[in-house]
Amino acid sequence: MATTTAPPEPAAPADIPPPSLRQRLLSGSTLGPLAALIIACAFFSLRTDRFLTGGNFSLIIQQVMVVGTLAIGQTLIILTAGIDLSNGAIMALSSIVMTRLAVHSGVPPLLALLIGLAVATAFGLANGLLVTRVPLPPFIVTLGMLNIAFALTHIYSQEQTVTGVPSLLTALGNTFTLGDTDITYGSIVTIGLFLLFAYLLGQTAWGRHVYAVGNNPEAARLTGIPTNRVLVGVYATAGLVYGIAALLSVARTGVGDPQAGQTDNLDSITAVVLGGTSLFGGRGTVLGTLIGALIVGVIRNGLQLIGVASIYQTLITGILVILAVTIDQVSRRRSR
Amino acid sequence: MTPAHAQPVMEARGLVKRYGQVTALDGADFELLPGEVLAVIGDNGAGKSTLIKALTGAIVPDSGEIKLDGQVVHFRTPIDARRHGIETVYQDLAVAPALDIASNLFLGREQRRSGVLGTVFRMLDKPAMRRRAAQQMAELKIGLRSLTQAVENLSGGQRQGVAVARAAAWAEHMVIMDEPTAALGVKESGQVLDLIRRIRDRGLPVVLISHNMPHVFEVADRIHVQRLGRRVAVVKPDEHSMSEVVAVMTGALTIDASDQAVVVDQEAATAAGVRPTGKE
Amino acid sequence: MLSTPSRSAAGLLVVAVAAVLAITACGKSSSSSSGGSSGGIKVGLITKTDTNPFFVKMKEGAEKEAKAKGATLMSAAGKFDGDNASQVTAIENMVAAGVKGIMITPSDTKAIVPAIEKARAKKVLVIALDTPTDPQSAVDALFATNNFTAGQLIGQYAKATMAGKTAKIATLDLAPGITVGVLRHNGFLSGFGVSGITPDAKQQATDPQVVCSLDTAGDQAKGQTAMENCLQKSPDINLVYTINEPAALGADTALKAAGKSGVLVVSVDGGCVGVKAIQDGRIAATSQQYPIKMASLGVDAIVNFANSGAKPSGYTDTGVTLITAKPASGVESKDVAYGIANCWG
Repeated sequence: MATTTAPPEPAAPADIPPPSLRQRLLSGSTLGPLAALIIACAFFSLRTDRFLTGGNFSLIIQQVMVVGTLAIGQTLIILTAGIDLSNGAIMALSSIVMTRLAVHSGVPPLLALLIGLAVATAFGLANGLLVTRVPLPPFIVTLGMLNIAFALTHIYSQEQTVTGVPSLLTALGNTFTLGDTDITYGSIVTIGLFLLFAYLLGQTAWGRHVYAVGNNPEAARLTGIPTNRVLVGVYATAGLVYGIAALLSVARTGVGDPQAGQTDNLDSITAVVLGGTSLFGGRGTVLGTLIGALIVGVIRNGLQLIGVASIYQTLITGILVILAVTIDQVSRRRSR
Repeated sequence: MTPAHAQPVMEARGLVKRYGQVTALDGADFELLPGEVLAVIGDNGAGKSTLIKALTGAIVPDSGEIKLDGQVVHFRTPIDARRHGIETVYQDLAVAPALDIASNLFLGREQRRSGVLGTVFRMLDKPAMRRRAAQQMAELKIGLRSLTQAVENLSGGQRQGVAVARAAAWAEHMVIMDEPTAALGVKESGQVLDLIRRIRDRGLPVVLISHNMPHVFEVADRIHVQRLGRRVAVVKPDEHSMSEVVAVMTGALTIDASDQAVVVDQEAATAAGVRPTGKE
Repeated sequence: MLSTPSRSAAGLLVVAVAAVLAITACGKSSSSSSGGSSGGIKVGLITKTDTNPFFVKMKEGAEKEAKAKGATLMSAAGKFDGDNASQVTAIENMVAAGVKGIMITPSDTKAIVPAIEKARAKKVLVIALDTPTDPQSAVDALFATNNFTAGQLIGQYAKATMAGKTAKIATLDLAPGITVGVLRHNGFLSGFGVSGITPDAKQQATDPQVVCSLDTAGDQAKGQTAMENCLQKSPDINLVYTINEPAALGADTALKAAGKSGVLVVSVDGGCVGVKAIQDGRIAATSQQYPIKMASLGVDAIVNFANSGAKPSGYTDTGVTLITAKPASGVESKDVAYGIANCWG
């Protein structure tokens, strides 16, 4: 290519500075949720001295651990302009499979764990194949899968909560002490997963492709991105993440609970939306989702600490969700 | 001007494409020479877009053959054509609006870091991609404040610039542009036409599909006129007037073997504004 | 780089959160008993849901008793019947808030146990209300209706009223795997004279006289649907057991629509709507239980524990009374007037 023919005109900046750390952390969509989280924390700190303690924050993270992890998978799917209604049900099924195999069928705990993860991944894969191969809208596919996984959970569990779970499956519920704060290993796993997916989405070609497929699938296809393979990969990966959420759920409660996760699909969507990810796909971050999950957890915990009934938490969450989606819509319209 | 004996970059002979009863291509020919801007014009239904789709692999013709650098090729998908160094700028631009400029330039062809970071951790080499993007934009003189802004925050002309720059960056053989000025104002159209010239000056031939005759006459070296599924003429803009070319397009004139315009339908030719030139 | 829309959007979200929090906090301090962070004894109440009138009444009873004793009540609930995760979270948050004791109606009798154990390890008194945990010893004390007895009472009433007629029974049950539903169902069959049923059975018992069993989640609309389907299956059903009065009213609606009369509908709960339905002749009888009593006993026990360190223990039966307008011979019952005077919801 002839590079010397162009005279040096003030056409393009000679040197493009990389975005600063501040810009990277606070890319438009994450700033609002982060500020909201800080405001909520400040508010509760002023109202009660029980809020701003290491122990309480460790507790909040434990409380958002399961829904937060489910919301990672949900974020991936929503970034591709899809939606997953089946994640809570897949998690419940996976947790029942793990615990029942280990407790009632005498399967070695590690193998039971792996089978549980495989079941969750298989359900995610099935979602992905139905969305791409048939193809069907994600809403319908995952609505169907919600019912299938829910029914299988109840059939297989015989409606019985599984107790006496081997220690390997509850190990993530154990704690270590940092300073004077007890932290569960599960909290570390959850935070680790968020960082891992922040890296995958932000720093790898796969992440770019996930955004592109959600943002403009036709453009993604024309630029040579294997859009169907990306989609199937996203749904299957989400399934695996739901399996990890199942393990976290077993670790947190110490039992395999067939009733678990019934509102987690909507709760995970709430976290994703509060974190600034657009339901139209192609924009948002997984760290935003972490902030979204924490907003819900902080408000729930904080209101309880100052003695406000839990129903108000539901009320506030509802208002915030509508606000977040409104903001998404308005900013999209203006940027057109 | 292009030497007559130069081997065409792309050549197509006798392309036929039927959709049920409709014949979209009826033995169409095509020829793109090195280093030229070839405009493809034709009325609606003349088979213009079907021709372009056949050349870029978006459709597979029922019969006929396509040669690239003298070699017969069979494109089954747009990706096939792209692998052969043919880049297309689609009318809707095919950009991901929420991603930044550099990401769009490298979409589907991301560069990884060297070493373990790239091979094991699959880490993108964002600085390198930004550098190359900046270089590309500078070469094509597309002025942008920052390459880290999302494409959706750009003006229409700037977005077009991004799409064109992407095509030019990756094309090894040719760039095809589908109506690149259709959605733009006067000033921005002028910038895109400049861009087309600069790409040609870098040695890449450009195929320009356009309805806009002044733009075609401003930038094209040759004009391929498509009518009723065939190529009816190839003319040079400095040898024929705009109204003559329009008359050829509508069938009022034909161009004979000695490159002379022959009136077929006097009434239509007059209506199209073709004045008797005394050549007949 | 921040574009203008997202900056103003961010601002909007911030303002909204602040405003909503402020409004909620203000609303709370005017509606609830006291300021929360004051020095009084804090008592926690965690119910299965916020919406069931049984739990609403329980909460009102607890609030009234707490006020009378100068204590502060904190309350929370699951999002649906069976929502263990929300109850676990509520226990943790209440312990963090410094409650002296927690009363809980466990949604999942087994799954809640580890969370209760953690709370008790932090010297918080835990009392189960209405529903025992599994094992029952996981809590310090249980204040509850004996649901098996409640079922038995209406079973005996039904047996006496049917007076030797061949019974074709429909049971409109709660939901799979929920203990209360199993206990009432089995109690009913036991009271009706089916032999070999014990209170500790984990599964719903069956009997040839039962021609149709469907789950209703205690919901009136689902009760109606279930009754319709049962009538399709066996049009000659003449006795309907229902898990609670909303399900019974749904059944009655379906029976009326199908033109069936003389079908005996019996239920458990004793909510005001249910007792009114007995007065109107839509339900024949119900076993009335006393949630307010459970809650006030619970609050008393926790306040007493906070003051003296004395822990309650074991099971306290809060009692159950058969309410009917048409007494059956040999089965002790109270009339509608008594039922209305003591009903909840």
